[in-house]
Parts: sequence; C-alpha cells; structure tokens
Amino acid sequence: MMKPTLADTDARQGILDRINTKHVDIPPLPDVDVDRVIQFDEPIDKFVEMLAMVGGQAHQVDSQADVRAQLEEIEVFRTATRIVSLAPESIAGTIDATQIEDPHDLSTVDWTIARGEFMVAENGSIWIDGDTLPHRVLLFIAQYLAIVVPRSQIVSNMHQAYERIENFSARFGVFVSGPSKTADIEQSLVLGAHGCRKLQVLIVGDL
Amino acid sequence: MTVALFVPCYIDQLYPDVAIATLELLERLGVDVAYPDGQTCCGQPMANTGCETDTAPVARRLVDLFADFEAVVCPSGSCVSMVRNHYAAYFDPEDAKFQHVTSKTYELCEYLHDVVGVTHLDVKFPHRVSLHQSCHGLRELRLGQSSESMTPRENKVRKLLNLVEGIEWVEPDRPDDCCGFGGTFAVNEADVSAEMGRARIADHCDKGSEVLASADMSCLMHLQGLIRREKNPIQVMHVAQILSGRPLGAA
Amino acid sequence: MLPIVQHPAAAKEFVNDPNRSRWHDQALWFVRSKRDKQAASLPEWEYLRETASGIKTHTIANLAHYLQEFERNATARGAVVHWARDADHHNEIVLRILRDHKTKRIVKSKSMLTEECGLNHYLEDNGIDVVDTDLGERIVQLRGETPSHIVLPAIHIKKEEVGDTFHKHLGTDEGASDPKYLAEAARGHLRDKFLAGEIGITGVNFAIAETGGLVVCTNEGNADLGTSLPRVHIACMGIEKLLPRQRDLGVFTRLLARSATGQPITSYTSHFNGPRDENSELHIVLVDNGRSRLRESETFRAAMHCIRCGACMNTCPVYRRSGGHSYRATVPGPIGSVLSPTRDQNSYKSLPYACSLCGSCSDVCPVKIPLHHQLLAWRGELVGKKLLPLSKRLSMRCASYLFRFPALFRLVGKVGRFALRVLPRWATHNRLNVWTIARELPEPPKESFHQWHRRHRNH
Ligand code: SF4
Repeated sequence: MMKPTLADTDARQGILDRINTKHVDIPPLPDVDVDRVIQFDEPIDKFVEMLAMVGGQAHQVDSQADVRAQLEEIEVFRTATRIVSLAPESIAGTIDATQIEDPHDLSTVDWTIARGEFMVAENGSIWIDGDTLPHRVLLFIAQYLAIVVPRSQIVSNMHQAYERIENFSARFGVFVSGPSKTADIEQSLVLGAHGCRKLQVLIVGDL
Repeated sequence: MTVALFVPCYIDQLYPDVAIATLELLERLGVDVAYPDGQTCCGQPMANTGCETDTAPVARRLVDLFADFEAVVCPSGSCVSMVRNHYAAYFDPEDAKFQHVTSKTYELCEYLHDVVGVTHLDVKFPHRVSLHQSCHGLRELRLGQSSESMTPRENKVRKLLNLVEGIEWVEPDRPDDCCGFGGTFAVNEADVSAEMGRARIADHCDKGSEVLASADMSCLMHLQGLIRREKNPIQVMHVAQILSGRPLGAA
Repeated sequence: MLPIVQHPAAAKEFVNDPNRSRWHDQALWFVRSKRDKQAASLPEWEYLRETASGIKTHTIANLAHYLQEFERNATARGAVVHWARDADHHNEIVLRILRDHKTKRIVKSKSMLTEECGLNHYLEDNGIDVVDTDLGERIVQLRGETPSHIVLPAIHIKKEEVGDTFHKHLGTDEGASDPKYLAEAARGHLRDKFLAGEIGITGVNFAIAETGGLVVCTNEGNADLGTSLPRVHIACMGIEKLLPRQRDLGVFTRLLARSATGQPITSYTSHFNGPRDENSELHIVLVDNGRSRLRESETFRAAMHCIRCGACMNTCPVYRRSGGHSYRATVPGPIGSVLSPTRDQNSYKSLPYACSLCGSCSDVCPVKIPLHHQLLAWRGELVGKKLLPLSKRLSMRCASYLFRFPALFRLVGKVGRFALRVLPRWATHNRLNVWTIARELPEPPKESFHQWHRRHRNH
C-alpha cells in the first residue's frame, strides 16, 4: 500500500495571517428573495422546452410499464446489449453494476438508465444523487444515458433546487443538463464529447 | 436661470458648428445660455492616461469657471462623464463649488430630455439615419440601455431624434459596440482602434444608412477620418446638428 | 524577470489579418449574443448580479473565516487540504502527491489555476505525462500553445488547423476539418487516456465553506470521467473560489453558464463532497499566489469576485480584434488586464491601456466587477510609479499647461488649424502621425467656436 500524502500546511498560517492583518468591513451576506425570481406555471412544459434546447430529449409516459416501450423506439437502444439500469422497477438492465468492482470494467457499457431525483424547469437539468450510483462513472462512461424521473418532482429554478438538496449527504451529486457536448472547434456544437452522446429523459407519471 | 454652455476643446477648435448648433438649439427652446470665456478642456485626455497630477489643475479651473451657473450643458457625453463620475478624485468631497458643478453638468440630450422636457421640434431631416451610441453616454451617463444591461432604460437620444420629421431609422447589427476612439487609445492602439472603427462603419453602411449620428463628436471625428480615407458612402453628423435643423452634410 | 509586454505590437499581426481578426470577432460576438438572450430570459438578471456581487464581497471580506470553515468541513469528509503560498509551492505539492502514489499518467480537466501556476510544464519536466482532457485544451496542448481564452481555449484556431494537428497526432484523415469528425476522433483518443489515467486533476468552480464540498462545471463531462476512474482526485483552487453556503450556488450556477456561453447551465454541475469512497483520496490544494495581497487593495479587491466566466473577453472589442495571446498572460481580456499587473506591474504595464474604456465589460460581468474603472485606476498607479514612457507623460504635461492658459490654447489651436489648412498633405499625413496611418485628419475650420461666438454674440 502506498503511503498516504499528508496535508501540506506550512503556508497555512502565513496565508491566514496575511488575510487577518488586513481588516475589511464585512457587509451582510445577502439571501435571495424567492418572490423576485422566475417561476413557471407549467414547469413541465418549460423543462421539456429547455431540455430540447440543451440537446436532450424528453419523453412523457404515464406509467413505469411504458418506459421500455418508449426506449425501444430508439434504434441504438434496441440494438444495445450492455445496459446498466439503476431504475430496475422501471426497466431491467443486462449488467449488474453492483457486482463490478473496478469502474474501468464499465468502459464498454452501451446504456446507463439512471434515476433522477427531480427536474429543474429553467435549465432542463435533473438532479442525480450519487448514492443511487454503484459507480459514479456510469453516468459518464456509457455511450448513451437515459434518466427516469417522477413527473411530480420538479422545481422552477435553481434556488428551489438547492433548497431541496440542502441536506444531501452523498459524496457526490450532479445536475445533468443534456448530453455531453463541446463547441471547442470553431464554435460548432458537437453532442457527445466525452460522456453520453445523447440524453433521454423519461418523465414518468406513476413513479 | 442661466445655463452655461461648455464647449469641449476639440469641438471648439475642429467642429465649431456642433457648438453653434447646440447654442442655437438651446436658444430656440428658450434657454438662457451663456458661454463663459476662458474655457478649454475637462481634463479627460490626461485623466484617461492616468496623469492625475496633470488633470487636477484643469479640473479645478473648470469648476471655478462654471460654479456660478445654475447648470452646465455640454454636447459631449464623455466630457460630462468626466465631470460627473471622475472629478471626485480631484476635490474635497465637501467642496461646495465642486458639488454644484459635478451634479449640475448635463449632456445636451440629457438636458433637453430631463430638464427642458422637449416634446416638439419643428425640424425635418428626411434621411436614412443610424445611431452610433457613444460608450460613455451609454454606460457612464446611461442615456439609454446598453445591450449588456438588462435594466430597462429609455433611450434619450433616440427619443429626441424621433421628434424630427422624416428620419428613417436604420439599425446596425450591433447596437452599441465601441467605435474604437477611446481618446489616446486611438493612437496608442492605432491598429485595433482603426479595425474597430472600420467594423462599425461597415455595419452602418451595410444596412443602407446615409447618416451616422451620434451625441459624441469625438467618436465621429475618428469615424469620419476612416470614412474619408476609405471613401465610404456615409456621412457623420452630431445629434445637435440634426436637432437644430442642419441639412445633410453639415459636419 | 518577465519580458515587457507591448500589447499594440503583440496584437499587430492578428488584428491586421482580417481573416483572423474579423473571424475571431464574429465568433466571440456570436457567444455574447447567446449570453444576451439567456440573460434577457430572466427578469431577475440584474438582481442576481447584485446578489452575486454581495455574496462575493462578503466572502472575500471574511475570507480567513471561510477558509478555515471550509478546511474543517472538507477534512471531516475525508479530503486532505493543502495550502500553497505561490505557484511553485502549488506545483511541488501536486508533484509530491503524484510521487507518493508512484504515478506517471495524469488526466487533467480545465483549470485556469494550474495554467497560472505553469503546472503542466513543471510536471513534464519531472517526467510526468499530463493529458489535458478538455477538447479545446487538448488542441492547444498538442499544438504546443497555451489557451487564448479562459472558457474557449482554442477559439483562435481554425478548424482546418485543428484538422492538421489531429492528422499529425491522432492520425485523422489528411485535410479533414469537419468538427463532428474531429471531435469524434478526440473522443476516441481521450477515452484511452481516461482509462489509462492514474490520477485526475481538476480545477474548482466553487468551494462551499459550510459543507466542505466542491463544485466543478463542465460541458464535456471530462472532469467527471477523469475523477471517477482513478482512485485519486486532486482539485486545485485559488482561495477566492469560496462561497459561504451551498444555497449560494443557486445564484452562481444561474449566472455562470449563461454569462460564459449562453447556456442555461453547464451540461454537468458536479458536487464533490469528500473522496469517492473509503479507498479513494481527494486532495484539495488552496492556492494564494498573490491573492491575499490583492485583497489588501481597496481599488482592486473586487477583482477577486471573478468566477472566470469569460464574458468580459467575449464582449471586449479589443480582445475580439487582437486575440487572447496578445496579452501574453494566462488570463487575457479585461479581467486579465486588471490581474496581470498585480503580479508584475512593469511587465504588464501596457495592458491597462489596451482598452478604449467602453465599459461593456463592467456591464456584462455577472459579479459586477467595475472592470473598466479598475483599468483606469491602474493607469493612475502606473503613471504614479513612472512606468509610463516619459514621452507620453510629457505630452500630457504639455496638454495640461495648454488647458490651463486659454489664450495659449487658442493660439495653439489657431496655429494648428492654419497649419492643417496650408501644409501639403505629405507633411500632415505621414507615418510619424499615428492618427493618419488609417485615418484622415479633420478638415480644419477657419474659425473656432470661440471666434465665431465673439463675432455673433455680444461679449
Ligand atoms: S471579470 Fe467578470 S466577466 Fe470577466 S471572467 Fe471574471 S466574472 Fe466573468
């Protein structure tokens, strides 16, 4: 086993002293007045619109039983063989990721079906709690990503989103907004940079 | 009440008609205007270069000269911004003369819009006009809403020009990109400055504008220099010239 | 000693090549237009800026407290928190972690801080292979360049040039320049690097004092891929990246991507609370490198609010025409011109003058840094320290005299206008008169307004 690297704190006191010697008046820390920020009457509609804008696709289904049929309509799903599902009550996968120890072994996964906690209407993002992921890399290494999220779980804006996760205790959590993308070559948008090439969001009525 | 006309140095020497138009316009609107003798410059060239000790005496002269007037009006946004936003560095904050002059110096359009409240002008200008919004007028004096800012503001210059009969507005793609004058910047960074100016001119010309109008003659001096060199089919005019009824080509 | 940067000379080639400067200008204007649309979609935009500025002002004022709170909470979550006084110290800390783990293959996601510290060079000199995984950064890395923009590192490079670089290094088809094809090739190339990476290094967008957590925002997912395969994650951050509370992220995540690229939020906004699991490590390196000194300045302190969105670059008419490399600094554009002279006044003294004072940067900045006023303030400081060339200081001294003596002013004006009228063109329009290189001089009127006034109004 390697020796753990200990914290280098030689400069710590010097930095803090330098800051402490210059007193600066501290104005109060402002809070956001939620009445002054945008809210949507039809947040699902806004979410769907924004998700499309960021390159993802929304599918609204009434029941969990419809998830598979919905995904089957996508060619690259029908032909996929290596599927990890983290929402088995909606759809079964072909690989049990909990049995895999080394995340590198997930490099050939075609699809990950993840579980979203809630949607954010203003930017088409979905919050994923790291505790739902046996391996964090599943979200990023699969060629395609689908997220199953309950229709009832939606907020309008990021202030409400952070209110919801005020006490989240997982080691990891992420807002996912659309597939991975880059515009680093002459500002041409290309979907599928390093992570998923496409993102499907299944908004489920009875979840 | 008597209002002092402040004519910036370069307008006095190079564009006297802009000052004449300003004076005539104010007089026609019933404003009692005086032109205090001995005025030169607001000190901006030195201040913008960072030469604060060279700016101070010039700033103090200006304040002394205008302290006895109820208001000061100037047809140049950047000079007004200098007096309003940057003079504090050169005066004791309690100095009553400074307080008075810094708070009572107006850019011409601002004065006509906010103080005189002009609603009617009996002039015609039957041409295709596009507006060059000078940065200092826009972002320091807030004569309108800059395209970056989401705080709604009415555009005082445009509102006044809308009182002129016959103007056909032409809109450039970029409503308020800088022309590249920037005082000594025009010489310090001559290549970048010229390229910025050429881009503005092309934008206005491409949309078919005949007259590039602005409330700041310094931007127009730079743009006119480029237009003449490149023989572009467009002219520049100061807003005061249009508001006072000058025909096309007065600048 | 750093060489002295003369921005006008450094910009000359770029700005005078219309194929380069106009194309570059247009590309960045496109990004700014997208930002305008996103900003306009929120009625509370200005309120958010105001709040963000207030949060940052509070945090920087109370920085020592929040740094300690952050350290405490991050440590409680299992992270190892290091403190680096400067760039060298930061690099040494990172190298020591790598050596302790006997690693040679590093995957790194975008971090302006590691650029500022020159980490890549340092590690390469020590035999470590660092792969920048952000596509734009990978492009500049393969070309042996540095980023020209803090958010769009390869914005100065044309797709044909990317094609050549990839042909040489990744074996793509010769002459291929389709962005989709090239990005796909990079995806394959970098996948292998990710799978082989032994340690992931990332920057940090926000660090939360209250939770000890970190937030990293990317569109490509490279920070996530780079940290969820290897067991060790090193996160490098300037000490100004702190926010007091997790809920403050509501404000900043709304502003950041909208300001940067005109997206409503980045594709991934990842929250790291401690190492991945019991068998993993998270090292956080807090870097000062001049920041605590910057904090002492009343005039420039607000520059510490910067969240590195790049909007001031996209909107800057000088940056757009002269390209990021003309600033010869890690951070170019308006904020770079404020920050660079805080590191070395003499070397970067031309940067505060590479600005027409149009003020667009101050209006666009999501945290309301008064950038153009700070650039103006820099000029005063530089002149005070006699760092402006004597010729310029003298010409301003002369102007000042002229404006103090109206009779002299009028006389000089009269002589000047007369000279302009009678002198042959070659005497006034030549290369000694920089004004006339691209422009005509104004046509001199016969009389000044002062003279006209004497004749027409009784005085
Ligand atoms: S100074 Fe403001 S606009 Fe510029 S990069 Fe920083 S946060 Fe963005």
